[in-house]
Amino acid sequence: MTLVKTTYNRRSFLKTSVLAGGGMMLGFSWLASCTPTPEEVLNMPKEWFNINGFLKIGENGVVTIMSPNPEIGQNVKTSMPMIVAEELDVDWKNVIVEQAPLNTDVFTRQLAGGSQSIRQGWQSLRMAGATARQMLVEAAAQQWQVPVAEITTAAGILYHEKSSKSINYGEVASAAAALSVPEEVQLKDLKDFKIIGTSRKNVDAKKIVTGQPLFGLDYRSEGMLIAMIVHPPAFGLKIKSLDDSAARNMPGIKDVFTIKTYNDDYELQWSDTSAFPEMAVVVGNTTWEVMNAKKALRPEWEPIAPKRTEADVFGRKVVTITPAELESSEMHTAKMAEMAAKPGNVLRKDGDPEAAFKRAARIIERHYTAPFLAHNTLEPMNFFAHVTEDKAELAGPIQTPEFMEKSVAARLGLPLENIDIQMTRQGGGFGRRLYGHFVVEAAIISQKMKAPVKLVYTREDDMTFGSYRPAYHVTYRAALDAENKLIGFHVKAGGIPESPIAANRFPAGSVDNYLAEDWTIPSNISVGAWRAPRSNFIAGAEQAFLDEVAEALGKDPIDFRLELLQRAQDQPVGENNDYEAARYAGVLKLVKEKSGWGQQSGGAHRGVAAYFCHNSYVATVVDIAMESGRPVIQKVYCAVDCGIVVNPDAAINLAEGGVVDGIGHALYSAMTFKEGVPQQSNFDKYRLIRHSEAPKAIEVHFVKSDIDPTGLGEPVNPPIIGALANALYKATGKRVYDQPFFTGNQSLG
Amino acid sequence: MAIFNLNINGKKQEVDVDPATPMLWVLREHLDLVGTKYGCGIAQCGACTIHLGDIAMRSCVLPVSQVGNQKITTIEGLSENGDHPVQKAWLEHDVPQCGYCQAGQIMNATAFLKANPKPGDAEIEAAMNGNICRCGTYIRIKAAIHTAASK
Repeated sequence: MTLVKTTYNRRSFLKTSVLAGGGMMLGFSWLASCTPTPEEVLNMPKEWFNINGFLKIGENGVVTIMSPNPEIGQNVKTSMPMIVAEELDVDWKNVIVEQAPLNTDVFTRQLAGGSQSIRQGWQSLRMAGATARQMLVEAAAQQWQVPVAEITTAAGILYHEKSSKSINYGEVASAAAALSVPEEVQLKDLKDFKIIGTSRKNVDAKKIVTGQPLFGLDYRSEGMLIAMIVHPPAFGLKIKSLDDSAARNMPGIKDVFTIKTYNDDYELQWSDTSAFPEMAVVVGNTTWEVMNAKKALRPEWEPIAPKRTEADVFGRKVVTITPAELESSEMHTAKMAEMAAKPGNVLRKDGDPEAAFKRAARIIERHYTAPFLAHNTLEPMNFFAHVTEDKAELAGPIQTPEFMEKSVAARLGLPLENIDIQMTRQGGGFGRRLYGHFVVEAAIISQKMKAPVKLVYTREDDMTFGSYRPAYHVTYRAALDAENKLIGFHVKAGGIPESPIAANRFPAGSVDNYLAEDWTIPSNISVGAWRAPRSNFIAGAEQAFLDEVAEALGKDPIDFRLELLQRAQDQPVGENNDYEAARYAGVLKLVKEKSGWGQQSGGAHRGVAAYFCHNSYVATVVDIAMESGRPVIQKVYCAVDCGIVVNPDAAINLAEGGVVDGIGHALYSAMTFKEGVPQQSNFDKYRLIRHSEAPKAIEVHFVKSDIDPTGLGEPVNPPIIGALANALYKATGKRVYDQPFFTGNQSLG
Repeated sequence: MAIFNLNINGKKQEVDVDPATPMLWVLREHLDLVGTKYGCGIAQCGACTIHLGDIAMRSCVLPVSQVGNQKITTIEGLSENGDHPVQKAWLEHDVPQCGYCQAGQIMNATAFLKANPKPGDAEIEAAMNGNICRCGTYIRIKAAIHTAASK
């Protein structure tokens, strides 16, 4: 067993209290009514005892576990409480899960992003459960007057074998809550896990399939008004004037005005990214009335001036130059090609790449591109705010509540402790809800209206007011000598406005002569993290390029990668290689075995790829067939190493989603611009993958591991794009370099 | 504004709204039935699917004035206790990720299964193509439809 000190976030563990009654932790009655109800077999306790911020125990042994992090579909609302329940040693059937309030005194990282919820929550969640268990054991020891060491637990019951005594957790919960927090606690051995590693169903599933209110858009409160925005139609424009005379007199309309999201002297945080920090607002009684009034607004727009903004990115001051011109996709493509032809900033250099390319017998050079992408969470941006003179109560879907609380406090001029943000279930995140300008907008509107307000974006608002995945371009070069050896590798990558490169990732470390460079092009199109940022492009490009190199060398693509990884493991080149070659090779070997790689695959065309990002390793094999010039994805094999798998079936579900997402965007999706105007504003023009285009089957296999868990929301998405590109080549004889691979009704091949 | 007498989930409901108001917003904001979701407003994503009689309809483009006395069923009225075979199959396969599109998927699937109780894969794909799942749960949706069809 592992002994751990309970000093981690000590403040929270010191807070123990006995609460009579329901112990409502959520201030909003709507949210309280939406907390999960236990299955009927559970009798709701009359009394709750708060053991620590993560959990409370009822007098009958029913346990409520708070899920600290925002739920965006990654299923942390089930998997995080599972970790607490494991160490607490209770029966999962007796657990009720509630969404925790935003409380940074108690919880450590209430953020959904970077596939980090499970990885970074692992220790504190285990400790929360183990601490509570230890306190229950001590309480029982005192009651029975026996040594603590003689007490064991199982499924929510304390046992003293010698005296044949047993007692339910609930019966000593009151006494336990009054004890002081132990200095150190024991964590379970992995072999004793009963909940972690077993599949448990989504705790909200019943509510989802019966249409209960869960999401931000479902939020209601007494006297609530509906607000909508009208933002500039093009990047590079801002509002000049507003004729609201027609809109103002329409039925149900309460007010029309313009707002400015941030004060001039406010130092932006990274999560404050906003394409349009000034906009018109319409407020009324119902969504339909406000939607109609929006159309009757007559705003005038004018060009923005070039600007320089400083933002605080985790303590680092980042300066961004925003040009004023109205940008078009053709312009972007041409500018990226121009930059790609020039030398970039050198990020890493091993050996002598120039000499290697000079003496090469063959050089392979390829260019890859990808467009901007919108996030398109199916629930559009929205937020509820009720701002009164001295406080602000907010609720809705946000991945960064802790950050946005600061933004709201600064904008309203209220103390931070008077801002309360509650997290609803979120209809998708994918990175879009990291940037919570709409939270601030809702607060400003409520303050002005002196009323509770729900701000709702239409689909068009949502798609054209994005924090898009940047457009990217990468050039790969490989130097092969006369003996058919890879002697030099050169990657030069850039984008608008950021580069997708990670210079210390594979194949860095496996090639003697290696050069990584980057470049960027400033833009006024706002961008942000989009599921597996940067990796969502560079992985596919790199893995498609390695496929071409393997082919040129006459090697099997898996064997070729394994050779490189063996080199990186035995004699790594350079320093700071940020991957473990053995784990990387591990997923390739697993996918090779599971897919029967190299054996006859029933006429299907196969591609393979592997990638490491967000602390997890994934290798993918995809089988496709071409029907009337269109790719049909027959089967995908996915091998994943994310350490210990907490909730296997939910992890498989998430991996399936990552595969579908990667295939869909690589094949079909793009956000393009013409004179600053987004050319896709709804799903009639922005193509998302649909049922008939999804893979017919996906197999997910996990590497068995005792390593602490890492995330799964993002790492599955990037490699499938490379595997798909390689399979398309096998199917059609033509390499694809520019995403989306399949546009309009064209035929491939 | 005009008064409409609607038959929703077996109950008579009276609303006083602009006749052009889509059923989506009548349900969500006038009748507090928020299980029907807004996704696109132009009948492209299927999140707002309801039943008009036995037919799956996109409620975001269905004006309240066109409903007349036809019966409307929403996700809240699909079954008494959430135990419709399609809902049960969704739970069995633990389909949802974010869950936002799933009410629309279920409503589309139930209407489809009523018309075609034993569908093949291609029929399911064709019938469900109007319902977007941004999280990519398509494989589980298909499996759940097969499970529901087998019961």
